[in-house]
Amino acid sequence: MRIRQPRKQQGSVLFDAPGPRARWLNRVLGVVTAIVVLGVVGLFVWQLDRKGQWAWALWEPFTEAKVWQSFILPGLKNTLSAAVVAAALALGFGVIFGFGRLSERRWIRMPCGAAVEFFRAIPVLIMIFFAQAGPPVIADAFNRSIEPISAFEAVVIGLTLYNGSVFVEIFRAGIRAIPAGQAEAGYAIGLRKSAVMLRILLPQAVTTMMPVIVSQVVVLLKDSALGYVIAYEDLLNAGFVQIKSNFNNLIPAAIVITGIYVAINLTVSYLAGWLERRSRRSRKSAAVPLPADASALLATPFSKGPSI
Amino acid sequence: MDWNNFYDKLLNFGPFLEHSNEIWSGFLATIRLSAMAAVLALVLGTLLAAMRVSPVSVMRATATMYVNTLRNTPLTLILLFCGLGLRDTLGFMAQAAPTVSGYWLAVAGLSAYTAAFVCETLRSGINTVPIGQAEAARSVGLPFSQSLRLVILPQAFRAVIAPLGSVLIAMIKNTSVALVAGYFEATATMKQLFDDVGATVPLFFGFAIGYMILTLPTGLLFGWLAKRMAVTR
Repeated sequence: MRIRQPRKQQGSVLFDAPGPRARWLNRVLGVVTAIVVLGVVGLFVWQLDRKGQWAWALWEPFTEAKVWQSFILPGLKNTLSAAVVAAALALGFGVIFGFGRLSERRWIRMPCGAAVEFFRAIPVLIMIFFAQAGPPVIADAFNRSIEPISAFEAVVIGLTLYNGSVFVEIFRAGIRAIPAGQAEAGYAIGLRKSAVMLRILLPQAVTTMMPVIVSQVVVLLKDSALGYVIAYEDLLNAGFVQIKSNFNNLIPAAIVITGIYVAINLTVSYLAGWLERRSRRSRKSAAVPLPADASALLATPFSKGPSI
Repeated sequence: MDWNNFYDKLLNFGPFLEHSNEIWSGFLATIRLSAMAAVLALVLGTLLAAMRVSPVSVMRATATMYVNTLRNTPLTLILLFCGLGLRDTLGFMAQAAPTVSGYWLAVAGLSAYTAAFVCETLRSGINTVPIGQAEAARSVGLPFSQSLRLVILPQAFRAVIAPLGSVLIAMIKNTSVALVAGYFEATATMKQLFDDVGATVPLFFGFAIGYMILTLPTGLLFGWLAKRMAVTR
């Protein structure tokens, strides 16, 4: 009789290699899960069919080059341009306020900290609303009048303030992750504070911060869809407003648009994961690797960082 | 310089106080949405995390696909799909009153989205539990479900209280997007007041402070809990 070797599972420490009974149980559970999942998907598909959503006329527009040229690609371009501009500005914001928050001088550190905590604590959407409607009102208070703020500008301002504040925290955590001995060694050989920062801390921090920054870009990219609310003509608007009003095919449009968003964000997330693996291997930095997800760094408001 | 105008636009909290009833009910709606979505997201997220580390490959694949899709889709799209797609096109909850269906669709969209983040946070917590704990659980003969329930998850939860707090804070802020699903909460109230009485600085700060009253204590509470409940190793 041949003895069946237990097949090697994914190397999980959480469970033993299954024996005959566990294999049988796992198979049953697998089938049950599959039935539940297929049931839910089937219900959705059936409901779509009942509402006539599988009609080819609704899906056919996505095979036409014109639809892509006049709706989807311009929408994608607007989404990406808002995201890229906001990411660049947010990085600038993050560096400036990050230095400010790490400053030894209380009168620099406190206002920077207050601004960062404020922008982190409120929804991006109310910043976007106020970025659009507020400046003309403020100008009016000073008896001036300014050009109305465009939807693009409002989205960029909102995204910059929020994500910039997150970058400040990432920046602070990146600096904090470097062992104190590094800065001390710098001071010991007679470097000034600015030199310690620019030549010792920052170069090492950048390596550790890169993966978190890139994964925050995914958040920024997703939040750019908030532009929909103030009628910014982004990818979401292209699908849910423009294509829908031309072909009356909301569900197909929603599915295609979701696919595009997921594809872009998965690519960026993959890049973040690759950077993280690389920085873990890297020997250029003495820093402890940061978690790849910014949410782990943002835990408590008002937490005290190091000051340099 | 027109000082009355200056005062009205930049310093006068009068309109904010005059509309305090609407604003209060707006924030109440935000809290109702947050509370329900938080509970559902926590339950669903825990279930997904358990599925993602389970020995059943179909469960792992299902949970992985769910998390990767929901986490990489904008919340605006999900909530819009709940409102325009599920209700208006497919007729889910179409018979219910708009306020009721708006609430439940917003709860569904928000908790489905947040659950993906809860799952990922919890999974990173599972990774922080030392291997010896899982090995000990296995060596005393606990099957997967028991070692997860009795040994791994309690420690994982305690390790990720602070990150779970920031997921919760993000969710409270994300309730502002629920207005695209037709749910009228604080941000929708602010938008309406901006249109009715003008986007003055005090009005914006009033709402900003309202949100800060919800988010900052939540963060401090979870930070305190995290310290208190930390597993000593």
